[in-house]
Amino acid sequence: MVTNVTNFSRSGLYDWMAQRVSAVVLAAYVLFLLGYIVANPGMGYAEWHALFSNNAMRIFSLLTLVALSAHAWVGMWTISTDYLTPMALGKWATGVRFLFQAACGIAMFTFFVWGVQIFWGN
Amino acid sequence: MGDGYLTSALPDNFALMVRALSVIKKAVNSQRPVNLDLRTIKLPVTAYTSILHRISGVILFVGIAVLLYGLDKSLMSEEGFAEVKECLTSPLAKFVIWGLLSALLYHLVAGVRHLIMDMGIGETLEGGKLGSKIVLVVSAVVILLVGVWIW
Repeated sequence: MVTNVTNFSRSGLYDWMAQRVSAVVLAAYVLFLLGYIVANPGMGYAEWHALFSNNAMRIFSLLTLVALSAHAWVGMWTISTDYLTPMALGKWATGVRFLFQAACGIAMFTFFVWGVQIFWGN
Repeated sequence: MGDGYLTSALPDNFALMVRALSVIKKAVNSQRPVNLDLRTIKLPVTAYTSILHRISGVILFVGIAVLLYGLDKSLMSEEGFAEVKECLTSPLAKFVIWGLLSALLYHLVAGVRHLIMDMGIGETLEGGKLGSKIVLVVSAVVILLVGVWIW
């Protein structure tokens, strides 16, 4: 029996789906923002600030933060379970992997809260 | 070789065959480890695009902090915006931003390939290799273009 409890949704299939859905949101946000910056060379503070204080942009940004959190967790979890193994690290592997995943979780939670402050506080 | 070969060979090798069979049976029954030690395997092009996808993902995870810091500063005030803009004229900052955008664009291109493969396109061995090569070429082109745009 599979006894994995640290993945995102306790289901590989849901993790797989979350990774894809969040990827599409992230791709849309990145392409929009890069496109906007490229299309508006020499942008000033007023324009930049107006873009991010637009309500639609705030919602899009928050959605992206949520997508990023799920996407980053699934990705970092996958990497940690593939490489931080007993084969690579010996008997301390489980402890190291747990600490690594905990650090990733705390970092991503911090990024999320920080992002909310930026997008909704400025 | 005549018919005699098999029949005469059989008695000599029979014990060996039985032993070999029992070894195989044991190997199948035991949860025999498979060699997944990447350091001892010669990697195909698909493996390189895969590991680059992972490396770029980790770089981006760390890079989020840099990007959020810059975004926070640029949105806080007129002075902060000017400061970020000023900072982005330095070669080091340009290099860091180029590095982060390179990781982002590679991750994006390789991710799009994943979505295409999820639709059942390019799932064969040959298709996978071709897809990997396309990812490398397309991402190299956009990374170069972004480099030109930054400098």
